Amino acid sequence: MWLQLSEVDVELGGRTVLRGVSAAVSAGELVVVVGPNGAGKSTLVRALAGLLTPSRGSVRAFGRDPARGDRRLVARDVAYLPQLYDLAFPFIVEEVVLLGRYSQQTGFGLASEEDLAAARAAMKACDIEALAARRFDELSGGEARRVILAQALCQGARCLLLDEPTTGLDPAHARNVFQLLRAQCDAGAAAVVVTHDLDLALRHGGTMWLVADGCLAARGTPADVLASAATRAAFSLEIHVGTLPGGTPFAVPA
Amino acid sequence: MSFLSATGKRLTGKRLVTVTLACLALCVIVGVIAPLVGVSTGRDGRAFEWLGFGAFDPASPVHPLVSVRLPRVLASLLVGAALSASGCALQGWLRNPLADPFTLGISSGSSLAAVLAIRLGLERLIGGWGIGAAALVGAVGTLLLVERLARVGRNLPPATVVLAGVTISMFCSAASVLIQYTSDFTDVSHMLAWMMGSLDAVRLVSVEYAAVPIGVALVVLVAFGRELNALAAGPDAAASLGVSVGRAQVAVFALASLLVGAAIALAGPIGFVGLIVPHTLRAIIGPDHRALLPASIFGGAILLVLCDTLARTVIAPAHLPTGAVTAVLGGPFFVGILVRQKRRAALWGRA
Repeated sequence: MWLQLSEVDVELGGRTVLRGVSAAVSAGELVVVVGPNGAGKSTLVRALAGLLTPSRGSVRAFGRDPARGDRRLVARDVAYLPQLYDLAFPFIVEEVVLLGRYSQQTGFGLASEEDLAAARAAMKACDIEALAARRFDELSGGEARRVILAQALCQGARCLLLDEPTTGLDPAHARNVFQLLRAQCDAGAAAVVVTHDLDLALRHGGTMWLVADGCLAARGTPADVLASAATRAAFSLEIHVGTLPGGTPFAVPA
Repeated sequence: MSFLSATGKRLTGKRLVTVTLACLALCVIVGVIAPLVGVSTGRDGRAFEWLGFGAFDPASPVHPLVSVRLPRVLASLLVGAALSASGCALQGWLRNPLADPFTLGISSGSSLAAVLAIRLGLERLIGGWGIGAAALVGAVGTLLLVERLARVGRNLPPATVVLAGVTISMFCSAASVLIQYTSDFTDVSHMLAWMMGSLDAVRLVSVEYAAVPIGVALVVLVAFGRELNALAAGPDAAASLGVSVGRAQVAVFALASLLVGAAIALAGPIGFVGLIVPHTLRAIIGPDHRALLPASIFGGAILLVLCDTLARTVIAPAHLPTGAVTAVLGGPFFVGILVRQKRRAALWGRA
């Protein structure tokens, strides 16, 4: 078991955001997290990343409590992509991607050949090689998103926690992200991906968690969860799950 | 300057060394020339005076002039480096373009402590270093207070930090004024001279005392360049990259307040250096703190030596307060940078 939440409650600003959440992620798993706005999806991922301390229950990442202890060791195993990324200085894209190598570097941290190779591979995977010399603050929203994803990828962690990685991405790049994650998980990595893109979640996700009102309301294969009564209740909307003539599954709000 | 420029290039070892050595070389040149420059005031009026490099020789007839100027040049180097580097680090740590010893209230807090020390006769009780020590305590105390006031959970929101800093700054300034009104004339003139920020009274012995802590703090601060880079996206993003955010923040905080405190203890509150030097250099060499911090150290030292040389020559034989010169020259210069760069928002991300 790589990541584990046991009976976790999280309080933020006096409000209970997560209630009694237990879940686990193992090697090779691609977990897609869906749910309405404000249900607690981001808080769930942040708890897994060790960025907040639960008021009850325990979080384990590779046997450690990620909220305590050496952040560098946690970062070598777990990479996290925040939903909002606000960079205070006008760094260029290549520098932003290389920031992902922090946990692997020592000393003054000038990029080694290995760092550069990792950054190049991540930039290629996210299709941002052409943006390498551009200033991060001058990119479009979708481009910036892909840069941050490349930063998380080049961290070299075997477990990825991604909070809405495809928000603002065009359909081709959004599909590319999920195909990339699928390939990584098939090769032994694991990923927990928060998304509102139900169609991509259905096609590429291995397990789906439905978060509603601070609880894990349903979990299972994406097709089962999307078609469940719990999903209908959570979104106040019927999700129509079907198959296209070529055999590709699809999910659309009815 | 294109080889120094950051446009489209990441920081390589070669560029780091080039930038640092270029700044160091300029700093050494300025530091060597400054004590040899002056204004002579004879019967035939004022004239520019160049002593020649031979003046460093103790046997030279003009050596006494150099030995008088040397402490204030050395103090300018130290104070400029400390203020500029701490400004750069505070801007990075707080992710706030307005952060500097003045806007965070550190200068005012430090001044208040010094004014209080003068009022209570600390100098008569324990000697001249009492005021410097009070200034140091005031600087650290104020930064601590501002940080406490501004912190929201794990974050230091930029607007709250400046709000807290400005509030503390106003309170301390007002308190200083009240203390002045209840003091006698000698103390008041002493207080005013101190609050102007001046290197007139610096003695070689205080430079020797301050050199080691400032030097050590600067070197340690440079070692936190990578952490400051990672913190540019906020504490959570930095933590997930592997930065021990709490430890890095405490270290940068402690180093910055030590540097500011030491600088103010030496020369009184000197404004603007901590703001204009890092912003100007960021626009030229880019935001990577691993190059920006060393460049700011030398850049601040250069700027303050230049300003102090002007301060003691412009109305020679009388001297201007150095702090007034930095502010008067720094203001328009910074406006120029702002106007030239703001179209691309090169000074600070996001338009």
